[in-house]
Amino acid sequence: MNEYVQKIEDLAKEMGEVRIMEVCGGHTNTIMRYGIREVLPSNIKLISGPGCPVCVTSQYDIDCMIELALSGVKVATYGDMINVPGTKMSLKDAQAQGADVKMIYSADQIIDEKDRVFFAVGFETTTPMTARLLQQGITVFCAHKLIPPAMRVLVQEMKIDGFIDPGHVSTIIGEDIWSELDIPAPQVISGFKPEQLIKATYVLLDLIKNKEKEVVNEYPEVVFSKGNPIATKIIEETMKVVDSEWRGMGTIPQSSLAPKDPKLDARIVYKDILKNVVSQENKECRCGEIVRGMIEPRDCKLFGQGCTPENPQGACMVSESEGACAIAFKYGKSLSE
Amino acid sequence: MCLAIPGKVIEITGDKAVADFGGLKRKVDVSLIDQCKVSDYVLVHVGFAIQKIDEPTARETYRLLSEMDKEAMNEELRANHE
Repeated sequence: MNEYVQKIEDLAKEMGEVRIMEVCGGHTNTIMRYGIREVLPSNIKLISGPGCPVCVTSQYDIDCMIELALSGVKVATYGDMINVPGTKMSLKDAQAQGADVKMIYSADQIIDEKDRVFFAVGFETTTPMTARLLQQGITVFCAHKLIPPAMRVLVQEMKIDGFIDPGHVSTIIGEDIWSELDIPAPQVISGFKPEQLIKATYVLLDLIKNKEKEVVNEYPEVVFSKGNPIATKIIEETMKVVDSEWRGMGTIPQSSLAPKDPKLDARIVYKDILKNVVSQENKECRCGEIVRGMIEPRDCKLFGQGCTPENPQGACMVSESEGACAIAFKYGKSLSE
Repeated sequence: MCLAIPGKVIEITGDKAVADFGGLKRKVDVSLIDQCKVSDYVLVHVGFAIQKIDEPTARETYRLLSEMDKEAMNEELRANHE
């Protein structure tokens, strides 16, 4: 299949169990789609990390948006977010009850709507677009998540020997940030093609074997040392780094952004509406463990049994391109049929 | 949600451009790109170009995306009809 598969097999013979985490949901998609886990030797484990923005958005934040929408505030958010179940309903259910919920594919679609609150989700890749909206005076409920602080937490709480770093997050923030992270595991920035991910796995194994903690950029076509400087500048101008609650991971210090201008921060502007929001996660749903790579989707008893992409009980079953459960459902099903 | 799709810039007025994605034309904001020009290939995420790329990389990425993740790509391209 690929010269690197053979090289991986040769290296793996000299190593014990190796646990590699891919942090990006786009990578998880390629890995599952092409069955990359199956071509790797049994002692080389690829673990899916928290790389699905919809999945790691806290229940409380979703409930806040539903509360705003039901209170008559016009809201907008990206695609899958409207299907994620909150404590009582999803944004889509709120829409069915008459709330004004606009699903958008580009920030550009609401750039002239100053009376609409944007529910900003996504990792670093999606943050410059939110910065542009703030520059235009759009109010934002910010639930962006920053990947490096989450990796720092994960590497402390479980055995991870190396990370495959996200590609397009790195396009924005640059290669240097990963070196500054200073974690006791090597990292390889990878593109999204199957052969790129296999090569990234090989490069990581080689680093792990030689006990090196370096960061290697295997996606230099679009990842530069300082990222995209125009994007990072407008993010810095409009937003500040704040602590944030992640589904399944609790509060991670300095892992999100908030508008610098309090008049554009929906958490402040609408605090009277939001003060009564009470959230409760579905106790049977194990999304929290799935986003941390602690269990596989099939270990959850709701998986395929009442929780399906058509009727998701938890956030990980919503996004078919990034949610670990939705991806496992999609490809698991097609494999067994 | 971090998917980005390569397109070729075919028209440009200030920060607003039109890019061609395998025959589909979409509006793209190019304000995050330094000196974006007609004929440049750019990687586009939620309606914004996030980086310039070379033509062979663009073509190869587009080919792969269209066979790999058609649904996600279509979703990304659903916005901003030109």
